[in-house]
Amino acid sequence: MSHHRHTEPIWMRTLFIGASVVFVGLLILLPVISVFTEAFRKGFGFYLTSISDPLAMSALRLTLIAAAITLAANLVFGLAASWLIAKFSFPGRNLLLSLIDLPFAVSPVISGLVFVLLFGAQGWFGGPLYNHGIQIIFATPGVVLATIFVTFPFIARELIPLMQEQGADEEEAAVLLGANGWQTFRRVTLPNIRWALVYGVVLANARAMGEFGAVSVVSGHIRGRTNTLPLHVEILYNEYNFSAAFAVASLLALLALVTLVAKAALEWRIRAEQRPAGMDQGAMEEVA
Amino acid sequence: MIRLRQHSVIPGFGLTLGYTLSYLSLIVLIPLSALAVKGAAQPWSQFSEAVFDPRTLAAWRLTFGTAFIASLINAFFGLIVAWTLVRYEFPGRRILDALIDVPFALPTAVSGIALTAIYSENGWMGRWLQPLGIKAAFSPLGIVIALTFIGLPFIVRTVQPAVEDLDPAIEEAASLLGASRLTALRRVILPALQPALIAGFVTAFARSLGEYGSVIFISGNMPMKTEIASLLIVTKLEQFDYAGAAAIGLLMLISSFVLLFLVNVGQWWSTRHMRRAT
Repeated sequence: MSHHRHTEPIWMRTLFIGASVVFVGLLILLPVISVFTEAFRKGFGFYLTSISDPLAMSALRLTLIAAAITLAANLVFGLAASWLIAKFSFPGRNLLLSLIDLPFAVSPVISGLVFVLLFGAQGWFGGPLYNHGIQIIFATPGVVLATIFVTFPFIARELIPLMQEQGADEEEAAVLLGANGWQTFRRVTLPNIRWALVYGVVLANARAMGEFGAVSVVSGHIRGRTNTLPLHVEILYNEYNFSAAFAVASLLALLALVTLVAKAALEWRIRAEQRPAGMDQGAMEEVA
Repeated sequence: MIRLRQHSVIPGFGLTLGYTLSYLSLIVLIPLSALAVKGAAQPWSQFSEAVFDPRTLAAWRLTFGTAFIASLINAFFGLIVAWTLVRYEFPGRRILDALIDVPFALPTAVSGIALTAIYSENGWMGRWLQPLGIKAAFSPLGIVIALTFIGLPFIVRTVQPAVEDLDPAIEEAASLLGASRLTALRRVILPALQPALIAGFVTAFARSLGEYGSVIFISGNMPMKTEIASLLIVTKLEQFDYAGAAAIGLLMLISSFVLLFLVNVGQWWSTRHMRRAT
């Protein structure tokens, strides 16, 4: 960080730093600490019992399954959409970009509500499907659909700007040298975008495993069957089983902290990879 | 940059176009249009009863009011935090910077129960507020606290790049012309940061309108008093009142779309305006 010659007097700097530390400390750090102290309030034994409880385990299982399906589905979509938008130019491309971002603007409860309106008992398709023995709402498919919806733009959003920036020169060269589409993608594109891809997956995963509002609306809270970890936290809490609720919550808090560390590491990695490329470009411009 | 047309040598246009459009339609467009149709295709009397009955009106007032206050608090402190993070070097700066992202990463239900534990009567903060006669948990103040928590990163992460991009020449000029540092901050720097600050404020506000998980634990959910609009949707769904839920949901969706559209227009306008000014 460079030194700024025109800076504030020392009393003002101290005031700003102090205010920032106190505000962020009270507002953000305190809740994080409280999750862990509350989780261990009744001792380590109780903590272990709470997180290894069969209902907690089945909630964990559903959370992992829903996240895995969500990530796979949104990964394939992210790759298809970014290939389409970055490698081709066609009318309506900007509109498509805005539509991909749409779920970011939809609040959690509404993200669940739209699927209830489609597949609920009185929904558009709910009746006919139910008559064929297919249940979506208050069942695993509903949980998966809502999770896919809320994390829809995450991976595509990371890939599109990067692939647009990289252009299509390398892929064109590969195709002209005789590579087919799949080879071009695997050997040329994928190595160029892998860290951004991992970055998008890490962020999407955190949201997928932690989503509450959307999943809460479609799940029906059936214990042992349609409960995810965040919903299990809610149930335990509403039963005044606070220590157990915080024990399960601490797993989710841990996931959040791991995500933040991974995010910082990936950002460092992506910057490190972009820097030499940027220098090359500068050198090229100087030569020209 | 090379502009590619449809007759590019790169394969996969048809495949990726077809897949992208189908997946987008199935997951996003059809479900959202179900909300639009279900919400709008009901008699006006039924719609207005769902949206404007006293209990819902109280929820609107509470939702918009608490979101507005929380976003104001965040605009003030978020500006200070963003400035501090960019301009000052001090021990723990990187930890402070990392903490800003916690509300993005922490599941909302976890934030919700943690904030409730802290601000309830015998919690770490609640026990200090209680003797002062301040009831934080299970009151509108609790909702403001939860919305401040989830809104902070939106303001800081919008203002931070604007502070980084400030033109040092402007500050230099101000100081050469004899302005004190305080005057320079107030008259030169603050106006330059204003577009980013407003964009961050509106984004945080729009996000706060629909927040659910972190609010419902601390709010206490008393009808007419501490019941937010998102919770009313859930209540209506539990009573199988799909049309009522869709009506409230549609209005919420439109509000946040309009707000986020304004942010985009504002950002587009201010970049154009800035470019012309330089």
